[in-house]
Amino acid sequence: MGLVLLAIIWLITFFSTYFFAAQTWWLPHGVSTAAPWIDHQFALTYGLMGIVFVAAQGALGWLAWKYRAEDNSGRAEYSHGNTTMEVAWTTLTAILFIGLNLMGSHVWASERFEPAKVGSVPVEVTGMQFAWYFRYPGNDGKYGRTDPKLMDPSAGNEAAIGLDTADPAAKDDVITGTMYLPVNREVDLTLKAVDVIHSFFVPSFRFKQDAVPGLAIHMHFTPTEIGEYEIACAELCGLGHYKMHGMVHVVSQADFDKWLAEREAEK
Amino acid sequence: MATSATTHAHAAPQGFIRKYIFSLDHKVIGIQYIFLALTAVMVGMFLSLLMRIHMIWPTAVLPLVGEIRPETYLSLLTMHGTIMVFFVLTTAPQGGFGNYFLPIQIGAPDMAFPVLNMLSFWTTFVAFVVMLAAFFVTGGAPLHGWTGYAPLSALTNSGPGEQLGADLWVTSIAIFCIASLMGALNFITTTLDLRAKGMTMFRMPLTVWAWFITAILGLLAFGVLLSAGILLLLDRNLGTSFYVPLVVVNGQVMGHKGGSPLLWQHLFWFFGHPEVYIAILPGMGVASQLLSTFARKPIFGYKAMVYAIMAIGLLGFVVWGHHMFMSGMSPYSAFAFSIMTMCIGVPSAIKTFNWLGTMYKARIRFQTPMLYAIGFVSLFVSGGLSGPFLAQPVLDIPLHDTAFVVAHFHLIMGVAAIFGMFAGTYYWFPKMFGRMMNETWGRIHFVITLIGTYCIFMPMHYLGMAAQPRRYSQFTEVAYLQHLMPLNRFITYMALITIGAQIIFIVNLFWSMFKGPKASDNPWESTTLEWTTTTPPPHDNFGGHTPVVYHGPYEYAVPGAAKDYVMQTEPAGVTAH
Repeated sequence: MGLVLLAIIWLITFFSTYFFAAQTWWLPHGVSTAAPWIDHQFALTYGLMGIVFVAAQGALGWLAWKYRAEDNSGRAEYSHGNTTMEVAWTTLTAILFIGLNLMGSHVWASERFEPAKVGSVPVEVTGMQFAWYFRYPGNDGKYGRTDPKLMDPSAGNEAAIGLDTADPAAKDDVITGTMYLPVNREVDLTLKAVDVIHSFFVPSFRFKQDAVPGLAIHMHFTPTEIGEYEIACAELCGLGHYKMHGMVHVVSQADFDKWLAEREAEK
Repeated sequence: MATSATTHAHAAPQGFIRKYIFSLDHKVIGIQYIFLALTAVMVGMFLSLLMRIHMIWPTAVLPLVGEIRPETYLSLLTMHGTIMVFFVLTTAPQGGFGNYFLPIQIGAPDMAFPVLNMLSFWTTFVAFVVMLAAFFVTGGAPLHGWTGYAPLSALTNSGPGEQLGADLWVTSIAIFCIASLMGALNFITTTLDLRAKGMTMFRMPLTVWAWFITAILGLLAFGVLLSAGILLLLDRNLGTSFYVPLVVVNGQVMGHKGGSPLLWQHLFWFFGHPEVYIAILPGMGVASQLLSTFARKPIFGYKAMVYAIMAIGLLGFVVWGHHMFMSGMSPYSAFAFSIMTMCIGVPSAIKTFNWLGTMYKARIRFQTPMLYAIGFVSLFVSGGLSGPFLAQPVLDIPLHDTAFVVAHFHLIMGVAAIFGMFAGTYYWFPKMFGRMMNETWGRIHFVITLIGTYCIFMPMHYLGMAAQPRRYSQFTEVAYLQHLMPLNRFITYMALITIGAQIIFIVNLFWSMFKGPKASDNPWESTTLEWTTTTPPPHDNFGGHTPVVYHGPYEYAVPGAAKDYVMQTEPAGVTAH
């Protein structure tokens, strides 16, 4: 049975590690300035944890086989442990775990401690059961007033987020169901939710943030490659959670300006 | 200590109802808890089976169940999580095995408060009935997940199941909290006051340490959840606004104002994180007890194990914010929670090292309980090592609320804890029922369950890395999820096989209860007090006398001793600590 255990544990370890190492299923291609940093920290963590995983499972299987009792004669070694070893592995584990954490902390700090830089592209994201709306403040750079009493999700866009058209600042606001962003420009995101908590998740940007009713959460990121990327809701928000899906189009600055001008003209 | 023990003895009851239904005997109550958890685990497992089937065949019409709609899927998910966490992972390891064996292992005739003990079980039973009732009311069971995030859970029109079903769900949890508080008080008092002569704290088996610390965690955590649940009931039914700000649901302005959705998350996880340790600590205790027993070697680093349990208990209360890195909570506090979370990895690692150390130069006997103890260690390592990914806020950005998290907590607090229960069942079954379980079928059950478990949960890490969000009833709407379907299908097939294999366990359990070979008083040649008494133990556990303890719990392979183990009650003179 010791041999059976060794075989099972080692085989499980081999297959698990193989699919990690071969990257058969992996993080989607990253297209934001944060992505390389996050992916680096991920790879580092995965390398270190992979080593510990293989070592621990390997040892477990080996010990089970090596110290199997073939009969009930003979005795194990009488030992209650070893304080030096306890201190050693406690210290090493603490250094490994806390060190690893500190190494990734600058990425978190740069993402979340500083506000968006001046000159970034302002976009407001509003989540509601089960759609995302994106608002661009227009030439005045100001978001117009919204009023909960005016919200009508069935009418979509302006009406869905309850835009108060009586407000002068609202006149040039553009509201869409698809997100457009210029490439290589920082995005100054304001996240809102009108009913329950949603989570704005764009795997390719390595971006995720909950949108919480009652809060306006400010975030920023910079997309780095032109293309179309999927948005998925990552917080359980009701029966349509699985289809609360959206698209981000990352385009050139010229195409972005053109797109925004066309939307303004449509109003 | 020992003197007060006798005052708690009560006469053996007469009549079926006092003996088996409303029993005051901790052993009967323990078995009642175990059967309640066994019922709950079968319900919970059946729900997960329906979920896995729906994920890969979203339009399938199942016999008896019919078609599973997206909202049905979310109800299944909510009830699966809630039933498993509360009525299985909290109920069996602590209420079940803890109730039965904590008093015996410390040499007490019963729990400190037998009536409270009975009340605690029957309150848990009522909570379970109320929870199941949520399936049968109009609108069905709630869809807000076991974490019940507000405002989804606090509004009655946020989705189907959020009317009466959600009220029953919160009520059941509140009742469960009351039951757990009663149980926790009993465990703590019993451990502190009813230890036999010579049973010092540092001679207690690690199982007792685990149950004791778990009870302290329960006492501090369930009170908070109870309050949180009451506030949620008020928000739902009396129009208060603890968790709900001004919200508009489907164009309708709701009457709430000024509440904080994050408040629920803080309160819930203040309970929820210690709860993870409530589920796993007893498993750690059982693994330690069994590894030492079947390795025929003292546990490596007994005191380090005790301090590690204490450290896990303490740190377990200051890491709850790691569930909320993406919630809109201050990014600075995310930092603090992250460091504390990494710290809690250290005592967990110490335990693993000590388990491996116990096996070094041992003489391991591979009976079924030991297989499950080794399986526990393997799963604990696998589930534990994904922790340092999720504990880093920056890696939580891509991984939070994906299948990676589902893989992580299922491995560690789900199946590792369940392996602890299997280990405990195979190990203590002879003591509880006086018969041995079938060894061959035990081994077959182990091999299929271990391999099956890994085949189900290891691939979920890959799905999470590839950004598959959790709690999606189907993957038809998102293009990048399509290439993951083969992996999802593989997981479902493995789940079908693994769940099917549990029939082996159920049959073995009930068959052995009536037909298994008679067990001796100490079939595994263990050292702790439950093995010094008859099988099954008499009403007062030790047949009128109180044991006196001379040794620590794991004196195996003692040089100069007649046998390769020294019972805790063997008088001093034998060379042992």
